[in-house]
Amino acid sequence: MTLAAGAPALVIDGLHLSRDQCDVLRGVSITLAAGEVCALMGVSGAGKSTILRAAVALEPFDAGRVRVGDVELRAGPVPKESELRAFRRHIGMVFQQHALFSHLTVRENITLAPVHAAGVSQREADATARRLLESLGVAHRADAYPSQVSGGEAQRVAIARALALDPQVLLLDEPTAALDPARRGALAESLRLLAQGGRGLLITTHDLEFAKEVADRVIVLAAGVVVEEGAARQVLEAPQHEATRALLA
Amino acid sequence: MCCWVCYLARVRLPALLLLTLAACAPPAPRAPLLRWGGDAEGGAPFVEADLSAPATVRGFDVDIAGMIAAGLGRRAQFTQVAWASIEPSVDRGDFDVGMSGVEDRPALRERYAVSLPYFEFRQVLAVRAADTARYRTLADLHDQRVGTLGGTGAYRLLLDAQTTHHLVPVSYDDDVHPYTDLTAGRVEAVLLDHVLAERALRRSSGFVIQPTTIALGHYVAVFAKRNAALRDSTDAVLRARMADGSLERTFRAWAVWDDAQARYQARVLTTPHSASGTSLAMPGTSALPPSQWSALVAYLPALLRGALLTLCISAAAMLVAVVLGSMIAAGRVYGSALTRTLLSGYVEVVRGTPVLLQLFVLYYGLSDVIRLPALLAAILGLGLNYAAYESEIYRAALEGIARAQLEAARTLGLSEWQIFRLVRGPQAARGALAPMTNDFVALLKDSSLVSVITVVELTKQTAIYATNVGSWAVPGALCAVLYLALSLPLSRAARRLEVRWSAR
Repeated sequence: MTLAAGAPALVIDGLHLSRDQCDVLRGVSITLAAGEVCALMGVSGAGKSTILRAAVALEPFDAGRVRVGDVELRAGPVPKESELRAFRRHIGMVFQQHALFSHLTVRENITLAPVHAAGVSQREADATARRLLESLGVAHRADAYPSQVSGGEAQRVAIARALALDPQVLLLDEPTAALDPARRGALAESLRLLAQGGRGLLITTHDLEFAKEVADRVIVLAAGVVVEEGAARQVLEAPQHEATRALLA
Repeated sequence: MCCWVCYLARVRLPALLLLTLAACAPPAPRAPLLRWGGDAEGGAPFVEADLSAPATVRGFDVDIAGMIAAGLGRRAQFTQVAWASIEPSVDRGDFDVGMSGVEDRPALRERYAVSLPYFEFRQVLAVRAADTARYRTLADLHDQRVGTLGGTGAYRLLLDAQTTHHLVPVSYDDDVHPYTDLTAGRVEAVLLDHVLAERALRRSSGFVIQPTTIALGHYVAVFAKRNAALRDSTDAVLRARMADGSLERTFRAWAVWDDAQARYQARVLTTPHSASGTSLAMPGTSALPPSQWSALVAYLPALLRGALLTLCISAAAMLVAVVLGSMIAAGRVYGSALTRTLLSGYVEVVRGTPVLLQLFVLYYGLSDVIRLPALLAAILGLGLNYAAYESEIYRAALEGIARAQLEAARTLGLSEWQIFRLVRGPQAARGALAPMTNDFVALLKDSSLVSVITVVELTKQTAIYATNVGSWAVPGALCAVLYLALSLPLSRAARRLEVRWSAR
């Protein structure tokens, strides 16, 4: 699904979330445009991963809303999976530890959801998987099991899996955590290509170099609120807020 | 009051004084012990726990043991032992003599020193009153199920009749349930000695004992071969007690004396005895004891059938356990609070009570409500029991799947059922494989318990074989080999599968 560049792909509006009487998010609003790569930064515990989890309907929130395409999540308990079918088609997530299904091959990991959740034929799903794996440079590992591939390969497979249903928004949680610097550049390049195809990408990261390479825009989060946001170079080279400066130090 | 004092002075006081004196006196040199073993579960009139003093036993075998001990200048000391283990225990030296309705037979005489037979019994048929005219002899019971106590002469008679009259022997582990199953219609007749039959008739009605004697048999005391001298002195005591009427008084006291017994004793007393003990071969059984080799050849097909039955019961029970266990595990992981409570209740009750008890309840306890065939009860009993254990394995395996995997599956739009079927279940199955294999091997062996509900599987078949040849050595080794032949290939296959899966 492709939106016109610049149209809002993901709208997070006034998100409040508390857990065990502790405010994790205190009114976070983020709008992600189609074709845009946005880096979500902040120290550990600032609430970055929680935003992604709430945005992908894994975590209930107390106030605010999340809108993807024409589907909206409201405050309160996470809806049943049967009610989230349309929502899930529009937004994908790549987990920090990849979370590949260890009993399935790389190809089967990618075709599982298209075949069983979207009703795509196995032949068609296989073709899509092959194309995605080729575009991410891991086509030669299609028949390997997750335990047989490297960390970098596993991440590409996880990205391919999240893309198999062609979502307009892709969330990535700390994608460089397990990557050596040499691979970082290649990953940034792949992600930029995805954005050029019209997707919106929201990426949590600690990695300044990676953020500079990959992101159009940087959002800095501290203690559950957005404290600074702007074009990547501007925020990272001329930080205004204390929390941003602490990140850069 | 006065009378009471007089009574105390005349009767009670001297008695009390005597007791006190006895307590204070230095202990007299105590007579050596005659240790004898029997099974109080056999009950009256043989050996039963004395209700007024449950630590002591009573019965005609108890009285005879006392007579023998007294005649030998010894004190009798009772040792409890399972009936089927009396002979091997006497061989081990757990006690000097075994008595508890031990039946004389050629194989016993081959391996043990056997006393003068002290009681002659008749093997008789019990049938439902309505069948009195129909089933008079074994020949009348063509294609019918006939129950008896496993490992007895009656069971051997039925096994012989299996080929001659095509009847179906049903082996029980006790002598109560053959008769309850007779009145319940699970068997058409029961063949047992008249002492047991008459006892059963006193306990319940609904059947009659046929007058025809199917075979004669004798109760003997059994000694280890090395104790032949003790046996010889015991024989002398038994003869003397027959001659002076003590045995008759004992049998009368236990209501097992009749004219046939009197004729038997008269015959014994007029027969000159040999030093090796009197051998009165049972009519209707072969006089020649089978050799180990020919016994092995004769029993091997039965053992193989037993092994096949063990495998079938275990496989079917495991299938029940796996299906039901998966459902219980899924209910405990995904179910509502009420479902979870009910299911964990089931698991705790089943795990917390012996499977033997569950089999009894299923087969006998519920027979008024639902009358399950023995094989089905065996499979269900073991399956329901193992389902509790399987469910715990699967639950742990399901809960062991990383949360991120399940969340990833959710973000991909799979339904909860699809996640269970495609992601969580298959991975949990891999984790459960090793403990499941372990359980199946345990189940193969636990399946031997179903002999209590008349299913003659490998262990029971071995016990029958061992009782008949009078030794556990060859049958035991053969039985072990067969169990290993069943379990080892399975363990190997599971190991191979595990290696293949862990390579991924």
